[in-house]
Amino acid sequence: MIADVEIVKPGLFTTIQDEGRFGFSKYGIPKSGAMDQVSFGFANLILGNTKNAACIEWTIQPPVLKFHEETTIVLTGGKTDAFLNDQKIEMYREIQVCKNDILKINFCKKGVYGYVGIKNGFLSEEVLYSRSFYKSITLQFRLDKNDKIPYQSSRDYTDHFSAISPPLFLENSNELEVYKGPEFDMLNDAQKSKVLESVFTISNTINRMAIQLEEKIPNILPSIITSPVLPGTIQLTPSGSLIVLMRDCQTTGGYPRVLQLTETSINHIAQKRMKEKCSFRLIEF
Amino acid sequence: MKYKLQYKRYSERAILIEWPSGIDENILHDLLFFKKSILSFYDKPIVEVISAYNSLLIYYVSTIEDFYDEVLMLKSLYSKGFGETRSESKLWKIPVCYATSLAQDLEAFAESKSLTIEEIIRLHTTPLYTAYFIGFLPGFLYLGGLDDQLHNARKMTPSLHVKKGAVAIGGSQTGIYPINSPGGWHVIGMCPLDFFNPKTEDCCFISSGDKIQFISIEENEYNDISTSILNNTYMPKSVSL
Repeated sequence: MIADVEIVKPGLFTTIQDEGRFGFSKYGIPKSGAMDQVSFGFANLILGNTKNAACIEWTIQPPVLKFHEETTIVLTGGKTDAFLNDQKIEMYREIQVCKNDILKINFCKKGVYGYVGIKNGFLSEEVLYSRSFYKSITLQFRLDKNDKIPYQSSRDYTDHFSAISPPLFLENSNELEVYKGPEFDMLNDAQKSKVLESVFTISNTINRMAIQLEEKIPNILPSIITSPVLPGTIQLTPSGSLIVLMRDCQTTGGYPRVLQLTETSINHIAQKRMKEKCSFRLIEF
Repeated sequence: MKYKLQYKRYSERAILIEWPSGIDENILHDLLFFKKSILSFYDKPIVEVISAYNSLLIYYVSTIEDFYDEVLMLKSLYSKGFGETRSESKLWKIPVCYATSLAQDLEAFAESKSLTIEEIIRLHTTPLYTAYFIGFLPGFLYLGGLDDQLHNARKMTPSLHVKKGAVAIGGSQTGIYPINSPGGWHVIGMCPLDFFNPKTEDCCFISSGDKIQFISIEENEYNDISTSILNNTYMPKSVSL
């Protein structure tokens, strides 16, 4: 039967996400999808869901949820303490949920984005083969208090007595692997070494579209003719700032694309908070 | 005509193909033709191709196993193509109301360019614009062909709210905002049509390579068309080229 989960408190910025939209960039539609695809993927893996099943994605301050029917859930991503009816529960393992149970997740201790996965996925509106929220594509762009998201209730919980260790993004590595971007070789040697040898600080301009870095690169390049970009593309703006494009980024841009993050590094930088550091290590294909 | 293309690896899942830099209709047609052959060569779910003025970005669902093999394959696909056969394109007649009551920046724009509003309307409705690609916002068309006399630097401070349907000029470009958005362009008219509808799989009725002409309409016609769009009885007008 179809039941729903009620948003008792929405948290800071909570959305529904899956793997995102593929094949619609010709209409200027962003990819979207979970900011940290690895943590998102673990949620579905642990639950035995299909890869693209939709999860709730929260940002730093998680929501409070009330489940109206039985199901099984899992918590992954940003490190936090979580409670089901005030009973502490573990992350990265299946949790049985009964009718009217309330899930509270404390303020995130490490990382930025966390995921609440549910058996068979959340069944919010699907637009262009994805349930990922995006303004002007889905009716909602964030979850608000009292919203209800449908799911298929499930009674097939079996305790496997197993948990998975949290994946490695939470380890303290600040080094991100990058490829040369199409305009990398337009930089002069001083700019190249500045980009590859500096330690950068995550600024307070962080959202699902982009992460801006604090340190500036002097002597910037002119804008380029509008060209395609992807999540993980690092652009150099006229003011000398580096902007790391993230999952909700536009499909094209006009700033020089100096670096491209590897898929792993996109998930890694997504979990970095304001004031955290990062540096870039160039790798060959 | 064939161009010397550059193939660059963009990420573990993407290859960038670049034409010589510039905004050029011959490049556009060559690029769209290549795009079409790539998409028909692959099964649909394996790649998506993002196009812009002078580049295509091929994005694969999974990691590219052998970049050199893949590039060889793409090169042979390009050499086999016959760029002369242009794909079918359409000319769309797009109604725009240039009333100062709707177009928030029209008077200031006319003043800054030392033109009358009538002259602006004439200059803006005369060219046949080319739709190069969609980017920036869902359904936002990059149009080529704006008259030099209408070029105008973007606003120093972008407006926080530009309405859906706003017809605007920024630098050497003109465009229509398909959804409400912040924006730095000067709004000189309002178009009642929907340029983006995510409820259909074919989200935009205009495709890359199509032509557009703006047709000046009065405010009452603007209201009539808006009403028929709400009632789903309006069909955008086009002729085949």
